[in-house]
Amino acid sequence: MSGAAPFGPGAARTGAIAGDDAAIRARFGLGWPDFRLDVDLALPGRGVIALFGHSGSGKTTLLRCLAGLERAADGYLAVRGELWQDESQHLFVPTHRRPLGYVFQEASLFAHLTVQRNLEFGLKRVPAASRRIPLDQAIALLGIEPLLARTPGRLSGGERQRVAIARALATSPRLLLMDEPLAALDVKRKQEILPYLERLHAELDIPVIYVSHAPEEVARLADHVVLLADGRALAAGPIGEVMARLDLPFAHDEDAFVVIDARVAAHDEAYALTRLEFAGLPLWVPGLGAPLASRVRARVLARDVSLALSERHDSSILNVLPARVVSLDEADPGRTLVCLDVAGTPLLARITRRSAAQLGIVPGRDVYAQVKGVALLR
Amino acid sequence: MAIDSAGLAAIRLTLELAAVTTTVLLVVGTPIAWWLARTGSRWKGVVGAVVALPLVLPPTVIGFYLLVALGPHGPVGQLTQALGLGLLPFTFAGLVVGSVFYSLPFVVQPLQNAFEAIGERPLEVAATLRAGAIDTFFSVVLPLARPGFVTATILGFAHTVGEFGVVLMIGGNIPEKTRVVSVQIYDHVEALEYAEAHWLSAGMLVFSFVVLLALYGRKKEVVR
Repeated sequence: MSGAAPFGPGAARTGAIAGDDAAIRARFGLGWPDFRLDVDLALPGRGVIALFGHSGSGKTTLLRCLAGLERAADGYLAVRGELWQDESQHLFVPTHRRPLGYVFQEASLFAHLTVQRNLEFGLKRVPAASRRIPLDQAIALLGIEPLLARTPGRLSGGERQRVAIARALATSPRLLLMDEPLAALDVKRKQEILPYLERLHAELDIPVIYVSHAPEEVARLADHVVLLADGRALAAGPIGEVMARLDLPFAHDEDAFVVIDARVAAHDEAYALTRLEFAGLPLWVPGLGAPLASRVRARVLARDVSLALSERHDSSILNVLPARVVSLDEADPGRTLVCLDVAGTPLLARITRRSAAQLGIVPGRDVYAQVKGVALLR
Repeated sequence: MAIDSAGLAAIRLTLELAAVTTTVLLVVGTPIAWWLARTGSRWKGVVGAVVALPLVLPPTVIGFYLLVALGPHGPVGQLTQALGLGLLPFTFAGLVVGSVFYSLPFVVQPLQNAFEAIGERPLEVAATLRAGAIDTFFSVVLPLARPGFVTATILGFAHTVGEFGVVLMIGGNIPEKTRVVSVQIYDHVEALEYAEAHWLSAGMLVFSFVVLLALYGRKKEVVR
């Protein structure tokens, strides 16, 4: 990192404020002979928070600590104003007394109960006064009405996982924990479930902590990302910022990208284009599918962004955005990765090192980012 | 009728003994099996071996030590006397105690296998759905371990019906009190009453076969 960095490591940790009643404060230290988890996180109390990292990075262990399925010898956990663990005063609320939902990686329905009775298992153990999500709503949200009378053995993997999610929701959790709920499913089943997860996000005000090692899932679902490696949190922050940080591995991926949350501003029926708006700037995307005024998320790959020193009007590229160079990464002998600030929104560009040299790309320089491709994620 | 009244009394006593023993074994064996299935304790091996001892020991050895322990100078005997229960050897209660020890592995091992097969996951799922430990045991573990309980009940019952050495050592041969079918058969043979011995023996053979057939036939059921 070089230059003044609005998306630097310091800035990325301000996603939530410690002491905020709506937030999640988690500190865990626990070790085995071959692995140690050591994290101290302040997470927002809303939206989807992705715990991202390779296998063995401690994602699942962290999630199990949040659930109380593991007890960290050194642990502190406060969730939306409730203290769940504080080892300094030997306080540990056991899992079954925590108002949380947990969706395991593999389908974990009770084999001896029908779908209906699986759904009721948690529900009937929640006091009536604490029930905020009616069972019917959970069933409708996950689209599982036709499955209610079946036994888990007669469901597909995707159906089972949808039932498991509905079962967790039916307990009206104050926090939903999901351990790679799509990992055991093939691409088709994943596509089947993702829209339901997005609806969950849109319709319920429950913070979701979502473990994943798939960047495309994170890009589509997450609002906030915690990057884990070797049991430590390398970074945490809003997804747009974390994905663009040059000091993290995301930006160096061949398919590195940033996400931009935007609003659908207009449709151009004649050319079948949609104009999005973010930070007061237009972003054109192909197609007319997104309804006017809806919130959407767009993905821009680093390799689809090129740089120019002037705003050209003689090219085929529709999206040309004014930007300021924040930082460069020149570790690769042939290519330079450029982190840009577009009216407060981070953007990545991958250009040749020769171009960077010829154009004089240095931190602080004002440039125009030419965006060749934008994909709508949701 | 080829089975006389003494034979019928022996059959009734045997079934009674097996039923009581099996009930006691399910109550006693379930926590032992649960502990064996879930513990990380270094005593697991020791306890497992002790439970399995009746599989390999001659019944006379078990009977002998039980007789010593339950007898007037044994620690258990002194305790039962102090409690005003009298002495257990040569009583029905004594037979139950002997049978419980003798059939213990036949109940504990199927239960332990069933509990181990359930694994950790359903228990964790139940906890995330607000079920405490005891709630989970009754609402999740028992139903999922049902095949194990059926096997344990059948084996515990059948094995108790089929015992001979332990009951002879600890119960003696008192008609209508401790004389079970296997002892009755032994009596008939001793007295060269082969016809009577045949009837009871054939009855035991058919009973045992039917029980095992039920057990192994059931195993083929697909548990969903």
